[in-house]
Amino acid sequence: MSHKHQIQEEVTIRFAGDSGDGMQLTGSLFTNTTALEGNDLRTLPEFPAEIRAPAGTVPGVSSFQLHFGSKEIMTPGDIVDVLVVMNAAALKANLKFLKGGGIIIANTSGFDKRNLGLAKYERDDNPLENGSLEDYTVVEIDITKLTRESLSDFDMSTKDVDRSKNMFVLGLLYWMFERPLDSTIDFLNKKFKDKPQVAEANIKVLKDGYHYGETTEEFTSRYAVEQASIEPGTYRNVTGNKATVLGLAAATKRSGLELFFGSYPITPASDILHGVSALKHFGMKTFQAEDEIAAVTSAIGAAFGGRLAITSSSGPGVALKGEAIGLAMMLELPLVILNIQRAGPSTGMPTKTEQADLMQAMYGRNGESPIAVVAPRSPADCFHMVFEACRIAVEHMIPVIFLSDGYLANGSEPWKFPQSEDLAEIKARFEPARNGSSSSNGDGSAEKFLPYVRDENYVRPWAVPGTAGIEHRVGGLEKEDLTGDVSYDPDNHEKMVKMREAKCDKIADFIPLQEVDNGTENGKLAVVGWGSTYGALRTAVHELRQEGKDVSHIHVQYLNPFPKNLEYLLKGYDKVMVAEINNGQLVKIIRDKFMIPAEGINKIQGRPFGVAELKERITAALED
Amino acid sequence: MSSKTTTVQDKKVNGKAKSRAEKLSSKDFASDQDVRWCPGCGDYTILKQVQKVMPNIGVAKEDIVFISGIGCSSRFPYYMDTFGMHSIHGRAPAIATGLKVSRPELSVWIITGDGDSLSIGANHFVQVLRRNVDVNLLLFNNQIYGLTKGQYSPTSREGQVTKSSPYGSIDHPFNPVALSLGSDGTFVARAMDRDPRHLNKMLERSHEHKGTSMLEIYQNCIVFNDGAFELFTDKRSRPREAIYLEDGKPLVYGKDKDKGIRLDGLRPEIVSLNEDGVSKDDLWIHDEKDTTKAQLLSRFFDDPEPDKEHFPRPFGVLFDVERPTYEDGVNAQVEETVERKGEGDLDELLRGPETWEIK
Repeated sequence: MSHKHQIQEEVTIRFAGDSGDGMQLTGSLFTNTTALEGNDLRTLPEFPAEIRAPAGTVPGVSSFQLHFGSKEIMTPGDIVDVLVVMNAAALKANLKFLKGGGIIIANTSGFDKRNLGLAKYERDDNPLENGSLEDYTVVEIDITKLTRESLSDFDMSTKDVDRSKNMFVLGLLYWMFERPLDSTIDFLNKKFKDKPQVAEANIKVLKDGYHYGETTEEFTSRYAVEQASIEPGTYRNVTGNKATVLGLAAATKRSGLELFFGSYPITPASDILHGVSALKHFGMKTFQAEDEIAAVTSAIGAAFGGRLAITSSSGPGVALKGEAIGLAMMLELPLVILNIQRAGPSTGMPTKTEQADLMQAMYGRNGESPIAVVAPRSPADCFHMVFEACRIAVEHMIPVIFLSDGYLANGSEPWKFPQSEDLAEIKARFEPARNGSSSSNGDGSAEKFLPYVRDENYVRPWAVPGTAGIEHRVGGLEKEDLTGDVSYDPDNHEKMVKMREAKCDKIADFIPLQEVDNGTENGKLAVVGWGSTYGALRTAVHELRQEGKDVSHIHVQYLNPFPKNLEYLLKGYDKVMVAEINNGQLVKIIRDKFMIPAEGINKIQGRPFGVAELKERITAALED
Repeated sequence: MSSKTTTVQDKKVNGKAKSRAEKLSSKDFASDQDVRWCPGCGDYTILKQVQKVMPNIGVAKEDIVFISGIGCSSRFPYYMDTFGMHSIHGRAPAIATGLKVSRPELSVWIITGDGDSLSIGANHFVQVLRRNVDVNLLLFNNQIYGLTKGQYSPTSREGQVTKSSPYGSIDHPFNPVALSLGSDGTFVARAMDRDPRHLNKMLERSHEHKGTSMLEIYQNCIVFNDGAFELFTDKRSRPREAIYLEDGKPLVYGKDKDKGIRLDGLRPEIVSLNEDGVSKDDLWIHDEKDTTKAQLLSRFFDDPEPDKEHFPRPFGVLFDVERPTYEDGVNAQVEETVERKGEGDLDELLRGPETWEIK
């Protein structure tokens, strides 16, 4: 039979099923194929909050959303065009994301009495049968049965056979969206290199899914999404956490320093520990510490020893590291703290995203304790900003907090990756050895090495053990300027507090000026964002400007110190609004530093902004 | 593979050390800072002995690092003319671990107290022992919080009256050597401030051991807990209350060396020599490599009640065995990975497994 061939500018698909249904893998494979086809895209996986919620229940649902198109795609999509549901619970948990008239592909064997019960539908109230879905196009397929039939000639257990049913869905969607199977077949052959029968079975089911689309009469249309006009070059797909690992490898290489990574497992940061621990041949050592405090303090020990020292965590762990970060600031040693933020406070919602640790990063230590703060704005930007964090830490001898979040960590985008030779060099300034065996013989005879003599940027030298003639002591007690000797002198303390502040502020001379991402350098309204809200804000402002609205988008990656021109820039607008996934944090800092009546656009639901809701709220602000 | 590299590094360090260390004396290890412990504090003796040992250990001065936490004893690094860090409360073992893993050629010393490493930092204390990082941990035990002016510590006696326990401490104290053995420490020893020669020897032994060396040092706090160890340190009672361990030698003590420890199966018993036909040949022979005996010795922890028969407190090396160090393990993995995969190629890494061209 023939099918209508429709061209779509953008499509959002959401794969949803039980944790054991392999929806994350299905989504990732579809993503790879889609990227290879030249579409722009963004993805968002969502995992169940519980470790192993009972199979078939709503808390056990795992989903993966993919937004792709022939135009610029900056978010995983607000609403979904196609929803794949492997069971009743998946439908219940995800129907709210489906647009009116959207397509539901439902695995009917996941809607039997047992599954309906587990999903807490009334016994005789199967949503596939009671007419409640009549606003949608529902395609009912008994995927379990078809998969079993597909593999009837294979000598496999039913359990193993059922595991392949996600490949049926994938094949079917490849048919629907006119995508080739090659990349997935390659993947399966590689993955099951040692189990050729499993590879063969999965490929068979994948192809049968594809052919099912062709032969069944369920579908009237196929959809084509043409290549996006993306900057020419070689691309790969990357998640935020992966890009962070790669950025650390790049900083290791470009600094010529060995990297030390002290960490303690925590969601959603652990993937960075996993990633770095596999890169031992890149001059990177990992240390899985006994707790968050040992993670950061071991890194401080490595920094004292002249290594590029990194610690990673999420908000609760960073809270535990607070005292030690203060020590690193006081010692004036380079240290990079990766905070992959999650919804707080306290344990909060570990698998959900939030941007509520900015205040913690800025002020979450005892005493006057200024340190640098940077934030990546997209998954691929994690590469660039973690590299920047390392550069600032090493060249300014200061701790730097890198504020990513769960949304960036797990989300992915195509990335035109750089060549290593195009990356900046990170220059550590080590104090050289001195002739003469002793720095201070107790009688002042030798010239004493002064560990806190500063250069024109208030940066002290990195004086590491093993260097003859510069033996010296550092500590968390207030120190005398230059000598570093313990000092309780009142004037010295004030001087040193101001000095450490000036040193941090001086970093502003070494970061790029703030640009307007989209819009004009002055006007009616500037919407300011930071971190992972970038894609949604960019899309929303782009669309509003196309509608003729006077709104500009400014996205801040350097949060402490701010770029030097940010104040001037913001004062060029009649109104400034700050959009954040928190209860208002950057907005407070902007009001404090610049004395402007900025207002917040906030969402605190553990989920990113949607484009539509941003447009609505920005429009309302424009009409005020 | 790893051991080979370690040897090369050791040679380099030792080679460099010889020319430099020969010229140095204990004075060369004194910094220009005024020492600010209370007059009569046991810390002075320990500082002096450490400064005396340093020129003899065969390590260049610039390769020595002292790391401390918080407390009276943790001021120690300021007084040593080596590299040093006075860090935050309880964390010195973790800082030292990061440093040693990064810079295995350095000689890293941890200075800590009973509060620092058995209360706030107890986790790091047991972890460093378990991992067997090659560092030397000097635990200054004065059974009190001195810097905060006299609260009971995790090694204070039950019933001890302090500022925060006016009716006596209810806390059961830690036995630091037993805790160290329980953490699979590879070197566990005890010394006291009032026996500097023995202390000096124990410091040398701590340095010689490859792996974490835990040396507990009984240290008198003259202001807040004066005399806590007097029965062990006073020359009159010491022969009765302390037993000095020597590898391969029988366990003998007493003023006239007339008492000994004999093992009846796994049960130690106090015997009088030259009585009932007991001779030195019948006694427990100390074996630093014997885990079981070390466990038994660590339990010689009786309150020294002069009128009741009780075991003497052991001083010296209770246990000293070899086990691969943590940093050697880390570096061996690095080397094996490099051997297997070659030096990492950043451009290949950035490319990843799958790319596509946009034209």
